[in-house]
Amino acid sequence: MSEVLVRIRGLSFQRGSRMIFDGLDLDIRRGQVTAIMGPSGTGKTTLLKLIGGQLRPLAGTIEVDGENVAQLSRTKLFQLRKRMGMLFQSGALLTDLNVFDNVAFPVREHTQLPEELVRDLVLMKLEAVGLRGARGLMPAELSGGMARRVALARAIALDPMMIMYDEPFTGQDPISMGVLVELIHKINKALGLTSVVVSHDVAETAAIADYIYVISNGKVVGHGSPDELDRSGSEWVQQFMKGLPDGPVPFHFPARDYADDLLSGEKC
Amino acid sequence: MNWLQQLGRAGLNFFERLGRGHIFLFYVLAGSPGMFIRFRLLLQQLFSIGVLSLLIVAVAGLFVGMVLGLQGYNTLVDFGSEESLGVMVALSLVQELGPVLTAILFAARAGTSLTAEIGLMKATEQLSGMEMMAVDPLQRVIAPRFWAGFISVPLLAAIFSAVGVFGGYFVGVGLLGVDEGAFWSQIQSRVDFYDDVLNGIIKSVVFGFAASWIALYEGYDAVPTSEGVSRATTRTVVHTSLVVLGLDVIMTALMFD
Repeated sequence: MSEVLVRIRGLSFQRGSRMIFDGLDLDIRRGQVTAIMGPSGTGKTTLLKLIGGQLRPLAGTIEVDGENVAQLSRTKLFQLRKRMGMLFQSGALLTDLNVFDNVAFPVREHTQLPEELVRDLVLMKLEAVGLRGARGLMPAELSGGMARRVALARAIALDPMMIMYDEPFTGQDPISMGVLVELIHKINKALGLTSVVVSHDVAETAAIADYIYVISNGKVVGHGSPDELDRSGSEWVQQFMKGLPDGPVPFHFPARDYADDLLSGEKC
Repeated sequence: MNWLQQLGRAGLNFFERLGRGHIFLFYVLAGSPGMFIRFRLLLQQLFSIGVLSLLIVAVAGLFVGMVLGLQGYNTLVDFGSEESLGVMVALSLVQELGPVLTAILFAARAGTSLTAEIGLMKATEQLSGMEMMAVDPLQRVIAPRFWAGFISVPLLAAIFSAVGVFGGYFVGVGLLGVDEGAFWSQIQSRVDFYDDVLNGIIKSVVFGFAASWIALYEGYDAVPTSEGVSRATTRTVVHTSLVVLGLDVIMTALMFD
């Protein structure tokens, strides 16, 4: 079995006239938490959708567990997805089902397990995320952090080989954020999963990631362990990891000379 | 040249959407056999789409029948043939108003809710979430709703027409003094099952197919924002109404030559 679970080579992807990825190379190793980081709008979520086969690349290959995702038939792609979990930024819980039924949903869809076993399985998954007591609540009654924990319980319901997390910490209060950081770390270890965390929350992500890729303008601009990136000589990586307001990514949007602009008197 | 370019772009957009709509329909139909295995999903949708539309359809049918009774009586009485009121009301409802108005009411009551529901599921990534759980949303979410609409519209149209005839009866016989025996016997002798009732059923089946397809496709193709869902909901009512009326012209010309 290859050590690399997801192998991306020469990936190019375009949205309209905008090139999102231009020859991206990236490896995600089994059993590790790999973080994909970068500023907003760099295509981090798009990358997860490409790995999950929801989008097709313009060029290049994405191999998941040795299978080229873009070339799989719909049936084979669905077979592969049963072994992948994804945590959406919004949670993507089914709003007409309660917490229990949301977690039970993939189990009921893909297995013929008796209802008593489904019940036990769902309660075990909910216990793992600390929400066994919330099984009767509807998604509208959950806080953002709770919704993500339910979505996490649902993502691990079928015991996948990997989980992709799309911005799991965005908009969370410090307690919820701490809970999610801990859960991602513990679940990855306890279940022997491979996790891909897409985020721009540097401190939280660096705390749990084994390896980090920093992407910008469609390319990997830096990669390594959190410590290696901390010591990176790249100005770009330093600006991103330390959250500096100015640097290779300028504070100012490109514009003509300030004094000229003020004195020109042109209509805006 | 600018207007010519805009016209060309609008034409291309129209045919592109039409093409995507047909591909969507193909996948919904292809995914339908799996849905019939999980019959519970279809029953749930028959309730929320069909049963919950029953009241508005029945009340509308009653009012339309009453108006037909009033208007028909005023015209027929001038010729001394008010006994034909029953057959006039029944034929108007069974051939035209039943299927057409039911389909338009269906678009307004159930079609809009289908579009908004699917559009919001798309906007909140529920459909993407299902796909990533290896569950085909076309099979799990769209197909049961499509078939529920397809089955509901002809049944609702039949109820609309039946209640409408009773509306005409209340006004004609109950209020205006038309002979009760003449009212019913003329309906029995002049309304033909194959020429009138069956053609009306065929119309409502076609309208049910079109109304469900449009409502679901508009939701599935909606721009996943609040404005996008709102526009899609409006398009459902406008497109369904126009398509139903256009199909009615074509089918009437073919059926009642």
